[in-house]
Amino acid sequence: MSIEALPPAAPDRSAVPVLEVEELTVTFTRRGERPTRAVDGVSFSVAAGETIGLVGESGCGKSVTSLAVMGLLPRRGVQVGGSVRFNGAELIGAPDRTLRELRGADMAMVFQDPLSSLNPTVPIGTQVTEVLVEHRDMSGKRAVAEAADLLDRVGIPDPTRRLKEYPHQLSGGMRQRALIAMALACSPRLLIADEPTTALDVTIQAQILELLRELVVDTGTALVMITHDLGVVAGLCDRVHVMYAGKVIETADRHELFARPRQPYTGGLLASVPRLDAGRGTPLTPIRGSARDAIPWAEGCAFAPRCDNAQDDCLTEVAGSTVPLEYDGPGRELRCRHPLTYPRQTPAGAPSSGSTDSGSTSSGSTASGAGR
Amino acid sequence: MTAAGEPLLRVQGLQVHFPIKRGVFVDRTVGHVRAVDGVDLAVDRGTTYGLVGESGCGKSTLGRAVLRLVEPTAGQVLFDGTDVASLRGEALRSMRRRMQMVFQDPLGSLDPRQDVESLLSEPLRAHGLGGGKAGIAARIRELLDAVGLPSAALRRYPHEFSGGQRQRIGIARAVALEPDLLIADEPVSALDVSVQAQVVNLLEELQQRLGLTYLVIAHDLAVVRHISDVVGVMYLGSLVEQAPADDLYDAPLHPYTRALMSAVPVPDPVVEERRERILLAGDLPSPANPPSGCRFHTRCPWRQETRCDDEVPVLRELAGGSSRPPHLVSCHWAEQIRDGLLTPRSAEEVAATQGVSVRPRGADDAGGDSLVQGLDEPTEVF
Repeated sequence: MSIEALPPAAPDRSAVPVLEVEELTVTFTRRGERPTRAVDGVSFSVAAGETIGLVGESGCGKSVTSLAVMGLLPRRGVQVGGSVRFNGAELIGAPDRTLRELRGADMAMVFQDPLSSLNPTVPIGTQVTEVLVEHRDMSGKRAVAEAADLLDRVGIPDPTRRLKEYPHQLSGGMRQRALIAMALACSPRLLIADEPTTALDVTIQAQILELLRELVVDTGTALVMITHDLGVVAGLCDRVHVMYAGKVIETADRHELFARPRQPYTGGLLASVPRLDAGRGTPLTPIRGSARDAIPWAEGCAFAPRCDNAQDDCLTEVAGSTVPLEYDGPGRELRCRHPLTYPRQTPAGAPSSGSTDSGSTSSGSTASGAGR
Repeated sequence: MTAAGEPLLRVQGLQVHFPIKRGVFVDRTVGHVRAVDGVDLAVDRGTTYGLVGESGCGKSTLGRAVLRLVEPTAGQVLFDGTDVASLRGEALRSMRRRMQMVFQDPLGSLDPRQDVESLLSEPLRAHGLGGGKAGIAARIRELLDAVGLPSAALRRYPHEFSGGQRQRIGIARAVALEPDLLIADEPVSALDVSVQAQVVNLLEELQQRLGLTYLVIAHDLAVVRHISDVVGVMYLGSLVEQAPADDLYDAPLHPYTRALMSAVPVPDPVVEERRERILLAGDLPSPANPPSGCRFHTRCPWRQETRCDDEVPVLRELAGGSSRPPHLVSCHWAEQIRDGLLTPRSAEEVAATQGVSVRPRGADDAGGDSLVQGLDEPTEVF
């Protein structure tokens, strides 16, 4: 399939989603230890040309979710439950052969650390052409030409020379580009990017984000962006799922989420990040404790021990049930019994960035800061 | 907060060059990596100096050279009026008591076999402070209290703590000797966002309580803006701009600073959509073979023929500048860029003249350009 054959810009969002994940659970078991549930009933879907963000701190299960979707988790010691449908076809329990045909061709992944995801003993060219030969049945010569073209598209200068080089000879940004080139080789319908810019400097991060943004617009690829950086999410994602301790705790459009976070955790994250456009000495409001203080979901809201809004009925013992993920206005879902509230409801879609009562996320005059 | 008199730390013309060795039998020096290449800065008592730059710009080496953890090749480090480079043996050791460091990776910088009590008492014993066993025990409790850890932590080992708690231990160890200067090298970059703010607040609180002077080295511009009084921006071993934090962020003068700040995403979609982005072409050049003239000229959207390529700009104050400490910039064309007399070129044009590339080209070239926000229009002038 070539790029021209794919739908052009502004795809139809109402179409069948490319990826549907329902009630995905991942449990790691180890002999002699209690099983650990890393992902606990996560559901989301992505349509063509849409970008969704999975946000959370380390250990919240966002990377395991992506590995489970790609079928990259080891067989032994891992139980994957729920449903992952790609173009309507179920992937959980699908035979290896099917998965292998899909991976690299229709669904691709970009990992966080480009140096450890590239084979250090094989030239870049071989690694890129491998995908083309395998999935697009190209002859060696044509694959090399196509690979050079791919590297050129992702902005690697002098691609024919670079194809002969080894990963260590490339800079960090260039390695990440090479990895993206490999992911794009077969024009996948779904791209999962797991912290693609975390290891990079900001100026290089800006280049890579621009590349991903163009990719989504030009080819209609569905993009799942996994990150801990709220700034990256704000600039790139259409919808955002905030994860905590293996569960999605809040889902919203990005404008809604940043203007009116409802889960105290989301509000807390926004209030604890220093902003480039906030002046010196603007106080930061950190979240108490650390992600280690989470309690199991069976006992109540995992965030309750760190939450300022927590009350007795956040615990299962008192309320009689765990906290469910519930409808919370158009396009929003929330898992919280005592969410943050906003006195004046401005109409949805009219973004007002200065209205959070959790303070400090912005103060009206902020927009001027960056870029000036 | 500018205290009268001499700054606590003054760095003059500091250079750190690392030799590049080749050869199996004979060590031939084939060149030098100019990690730090002529940096002048001064940090006033009780203030925070923030040093920012991308990886490989020499900011960590500068911090280490101040403490003489690496030997400077040339230049002076004056700490409280004394040249640190001239000290030997005992004098250097006692001087180091007054300058302490907090490292980036809290797990890597704490001995995994020592419990917290021994980690914290070691510096006290090494410098003969604290006054005996009872004195040290009391002092350690005080320290734990200051950084917000329970006294139950004493018997535990570093691996039993979370990242944020480990960094608190690292900070407690650094302030144990009541230093005057604390050099923090990426103190929060290894931590989760919700925990970063706790550590940043702790550093600020300790500064107020103990009157510490900080040199904070970080790549995160938002964190640096938040805690610094004065910010210096480094590129390839030298300072390109230095100014009071708010001045620098409100009106960056150097093209590199502007690009750097425009690249930082802001967690607010409204700002994100309006934000002007200056994309830079290519990667950081090698510090072993830095570009001639202005070191930024290979990636600079405002480069002017020949002068930028040939003449090394000096750090200077622009005419009419009034801020204290002064807003310094090393760019030949800072005034013209500020006043909008020069228009920047897009990253592609820079790339074309320098043989580097920045963004996708090829199949979608014709229609794709207008989709890239702010790339092809000349950037806004104030």
